[in-house]
Amino acid sequence: MQEQEETLPTFTEQCLIDVTVNGQHYERSVPVRLLLSDFIRHELHLTGTHVGCEHGVCGCCTILLNGEAVRSCLMLAVQTDGMAITTIEGMAGTQSELHPIQQAFREKHGLQCGFCTPGIIMTVHAMLHENPNPTEAEIRHELSGNLCRCTGYQNIVEAVKLAAERLQQP
Amino acid sequence: MKPPRFQYCAPHLLDEALALLGQYGADAKVLAGGQSLIPLLNMRLAGPAYLVDINHLTELQYIEPEDGYLAIGATVRQRHVEHSSLVQQRLPLLAEAVRHIGHMQIRNRGTIAGSIAHADPAAELPTLLTCLNGEVVAQSLQGERVMKAEEFFTGYLSTALELGEMVTEIRFPWLAPQAGWAFMEFARRSGDYALVGASAVVTPTLDDRCLNAHLAFQGVAGAPVRMRDVENMLVGTTLDEPTLQEAADRARECVSDDMEDVHATVEYRRALVSELTKRVLKSAWTRCQQ
Amino acid sequence: MTTRWFGAPVQRTEDPRLLRGKGNFVDDIDLPEMLHAAVLRSPYARARIMHINVDAARALEGVHLVLTATDLGDVLEPSPLLVPHAALTQPRTQLPLALHEVRYVGEAVAFVVAESRYVAEDALELIDVEYEPLPVVHSLEVAVTEHAHLVHEEVENNIAAHFVQTVGDPESAFANAPHVLHESFSIERGAAMPMECRGVLARWDAHENMLSCWISTQGPIPIRNGLAAIFHLPEHKVRVTAPDVGGGFGTKIMMFYPEEILTPYAAIHLHRPVKWIEDRRENFISSNQERGQLHEVDYAFDDQGILLAVKDTFLHDTGAYTPYGIIVPIITACSLPGPYRLKHYASEFTVLYTNKVPVSPYRGAGRPHAVFVMERIMDGIARELHLDRADVRSRNFIQPDEFPWDVGLVYQDGGPTKYDSGNYQAGLDKLKALLDYDQFSTRQAEARDQGRYLGIGISYYVEGTSIGPYEGANIRVESDGRIYAATGVTSQGQAHATTFAQIIADQLGVRPEDVLLTEGDSQAFNWGVGTFASRAATVAGSAMHLAAVKVREKAKKIASELFEASPDDIEFADGKVFVKDAPHRALTLGQLAISANPLRYSYGENARKLMSMQLAGPRPGPALPVGRDGPGLEATEFYSPPHGSFASGVHGMIIEIDPTTGMVSFLKYVAVHDCGNVINPMIVEGQVHGGVAQGIGGAFFERLVYNEEGQLINASFMDYLLPTAAEIPSIIVDHVETPSPLSPLGMKGAGEAGVIPVPALFASAIDDALAPFGIRVREMPLHPCRLYELLKATQNAQ
Repeated sequence: MQEQEETLPTFTEQCLIDVTVNGQHYERSVPVRLLLSDFIRHELHLTGTHVGCEHGVCGCCTILLNGEAVRSCLMLAVQTDGMAITTIEGMAGTQSELHPIQQAFREKHGLQCGFCTPGIIMTVHAMLHENPNPTEAEIRHELSGNLCRCTGYQNIVEAVKLAAERLQQP
Repeated sequence: MKPPRFQYCAPHLLDEALALLGQYGADAKVLAGGQSLIPLLNMRLAGPAYLVDINHLTELQYIEPEDGYLAIGATVRQRHVEHSSLVQQRLPLLAEAVRHIGHMQIRNRGTIAGSIAHADPAAELPTLLTCLNGEVVAQSLQGERVMKAEEFFTGYLSTALELGEMVTEIRFPWLAPQAGWAFMEFARRSGDYALVGASAVVTPTLDDRCLNAHLAFQGVAGAPVRMRDVENMLVGTTLDEPTLQEAADRARECVSDDMEDVHATVEYRRALVSELTKRVLKSAWTRCQQ
Repeated sequence: MTTRWFGAPVQRTEDPRLLRGKGNFVDDIDLPEMLHAAVLRSPYARARIMHINVDAARALEGVHLVLTATDLGDVLEPSPLLVPHAALTQPRTQLPLALHEVRYVGEAVAFVVAESRYVAEDALELIDVEYEPLPVVHSLEVAVTEHAHLVHEEVENNIAAHFVQTVGDPESAFANAPHVLHESFSIERGAAMPMECRGVLARWDAHENMLSCWISTQGPIPIRNGLAAIFHLPEHKVRVTAPDVGGGFGTKIMMFYPEEILTPYAAIHLHRPVKWIEDRRENFISSNQERGQLHEVDYAFDDQGILLAVKDTFLHDTGAYTPYGIIVPIITACSLPGPYRLKHYASEFTVLYTNKVPVSPYRGAGRPHAVFVMERIMDGIARELHLDRADVRSRNFIQPDEFPWDVGLVYQDGGPTKYDSGNYQAGLDKLKALLDYDQFSTRQAEARDQGRYLGIGISYYVEGTSIGPYEGANIRVESDGRIYAATGVTSQGQAHATTFAQIIADQLGVRPEDVLLTEGDSQAFNWGVGTFASRAATVAGSAMHLAAVKVREKAKKIASELFEASPDDIEFADGKVFVKDAPHRALTLGQLAISANPLRYSYGENARKLMSMQLAGPRPGPALPVGRDGPGLEATEFYSPPHGSFASGVHGMIIEIDPTTGMVSFLKYVAVHDCGNVINPMIVEGQVHGGVAQGIGGAFFERLVYNEEGQLINASFMDYLLPTAAEIPSIIVDHVETPSPLSPLGMKGAGEAGVIPVPALFASAIDDALAPFGIRVREMPLHPCRLYELLKATQNAQ
């Protein structure tokens, strides 16, 4: 028993993590209570991911963690050690081109103030990956985890339909 | 809204996790999916001194068909269960219930066991487990305990877990092959906690009468409620309209008198329960006819 | 010159940046040595502050400053009263930090600055405040009772204001009317809930003696003026910028929220930048709310359903303070007549204090209430006389040839409530066609036979928009031919960078993407009021137009001199200025701008090209002749509307209600909308969609629930239900365009339109669906549980 106690992992308030974000590798020492959203925004200065509520409802903070859409305000940065994150900054291809999803949002006026937009685009990215040809009802259902106060969602839905169409073209 | 200070540890072995929980008892909390715990931390409604992150306990990462039940390890994500072909084929009621949990982003991190351990009576999984008379396996330094669902859920966000104990496995019993099932909720918005919800399983006799029924409700009391007297009343019937109406009337009692909140009065909840009972039993019965 | 860009659905200039996550919201700005603030807020709705001990908080590692009221010196004074009014006899505004008493849950009591927000919140927990709780005035009903407790000790009966307006002779009209009905209506609070909460970043530069602030606000210039006064700084030494703002909806037009004073104060004191970002819980308990009113209404009408007179007496809940005066109830009173000929109208309102978050305008700003009352009246008349609801409205409409129509009241801008133009019947006709209104009763009867309850609702509104006092624009052609434009208004998603560019591009022959707009920066443009009340596009857009016309005229003059042609023969297209029918005699706009700036020194590609061209040489006399109006191609213009212009619209919807559960599903939603001439129809439609969604939220999903202790018991997104994509239906939008004669481009405002008729619309549709049960909706918001209760009540009564 005594031996077991000696080799027990220790509790800590600061941790070293190794995380890949948008293909780039970062090694950082972070407070254990630092939320992933704050880590991305203020430690890595990737401010495209936004914070709207910090209780996991609004979806503004949505990112992809190992390819899956998650709420970064409901994770601790330390939990991402060894993982790969994609944020909105990782979506556009080159400097001048927009990702087809982003382009569709532009054409359909799917954003107004732009605050919820990065979270929505990450959700749409994950959604279309899993369901490349969603119906309107499916789109609205899958988007229900992201709040928007400006657009009334209508043009967002149209943008998703257009993006789905374009992504399916060879 | 930022979390208060705490100490953090992410063991890789179950034994280590149990030792840490045993050592720190009431001052420690388990972090699994975090979808319930981290909002509480952010709002400073919870302030554990020690957080034990169990996400690295790969030994608890399993969905195993066992004799009599489906065993799900404590670190299995809700999305994993939702997409598991094993679950979809052999226990589709579970997949259906999981689909109602929050949104995709929540289910990508939230765990089956975590939702059960959090014990919110308005949540889907505690109610489903109660409906199926499933089991919760908990371990501590002292060993293993297996508890029935109704024993496990003791009240609002309260369970029978003792200090130093951690949920390691959830056991969902299989349905009889000829059983019909249904899961339904009334919620204000897509993905919300239900105003009320119900899980129903009905097993027919060879001559199309009810052999037995399971009926449980969420959002009606401090813990999920299994309506046994409605279940008993259904036995031997064909679940025709008058029977369903009587079941609906009786089921109203499952709503306890203190269940008033910003969304619903007690009376309204009872009305919803009544309507839901008819719909969920009808749906389950129709399913077993097919 | 033909208009190319005005009226076109041009894609937004703002988008690529925002889509890439390259927005610049206040919390995105990172300054060296920046510190972070948190606010300690009162947990009581009403209490005396007996004692505050901040020692432990100050001693916490990482804490740099803890402020309470007594630390603020002469900064501790009530915020300015933004819109005084003679009837507001007992105004009260808030101190930056509470001194002796707190008056609402959420009121700021202390301000902590620390290394991180995390540490600052730790410090909040160490501040020890001894409160003596006092009885709470938790609702209008409580505030207005005899011997009610007082929110402010010296304010008798909790009455902040009392205002009476009369049009015509309502007494006689009532006395002689064949029909008179009385109803009571209640509307309860909601909140704007922009996705971005409030935020302030302040930096004091000790070398330049300059205070710079980035604030998530709708009115940076008034804030600049106010901060200069408070901190005794010259105005040009204070710079306030509204960067990207993630939604405002009225809640961000204020001066001051306490944090807008405390954050700069801390920055000046510490000589380090300080940032305060509101979190969502704070947003629920400290960002202004709106919508609480109780109406007692009498209405008189004849056998044909013609409305003869209205008497509306209402109570308005202003919360604990009156930061925005009595604008909201004034708008309610003035908006009530709507599109109808109302010759006899008695309006009386009393503004009462309650121990709740203060009230200032939220999208709609009192109009949803007015429309709720008037549209209930129209439906009430129809029900009483067994007439069709659309017909009753048609019979009462102001006709197109009756404009301008003077309602007979003084509007929020101090000018007359005078409708400039409109065609209400045209709107209703379009709506009815899109709803298939005339066939609906058949469909409804068939559904009822199947035990299903469908209902159709109509709701008409007239919206005062585009009020003054003024906005301005500065436009300048730069050497590369792109246009620099600046104004004092700011955007929270309305796409001014695109719409103003469209206006300018039309005058100067460039593309909208060649116009670079700077807005919301007090250093870029010194004068401005702000973005609110559906005014920015019309007022600032008109100023843009006037300035662009001036630049164009100047360019013509200079080009005519250079080309030795008549100014009438100078044309603009594709970024060039040229002589009609002689396109080889051309300069780019940039080259013309360079020519207009007679420096001895020149540089750049364009300048070199100019040198090599053979143009008319210099004339004798000053390089800048009299009347040239300065070097370059630049102009600054202001537009001050004579009074507001009045947009209008009508919404309709078909719903199905399940009477067992009270749940509602949308079968069709139509919005027909008139905002005069439209700069960019895509933008306007987006505004309508968003407004409707907020209206649906406010009517059927969102409700702020306060208990008797004045505690907001649903202060989170879990329990305050903003509708998601799954709850909001598709919205069919159509237009009527009655240009405004008041502004140069004939525009009217559009920002609030979507939300205004929605509560009334729900009432109309629900009444219709549940007509077999005899339901009459008299309250907003509703939710399924409440519908269930109303149904039970009528069933028990029968």
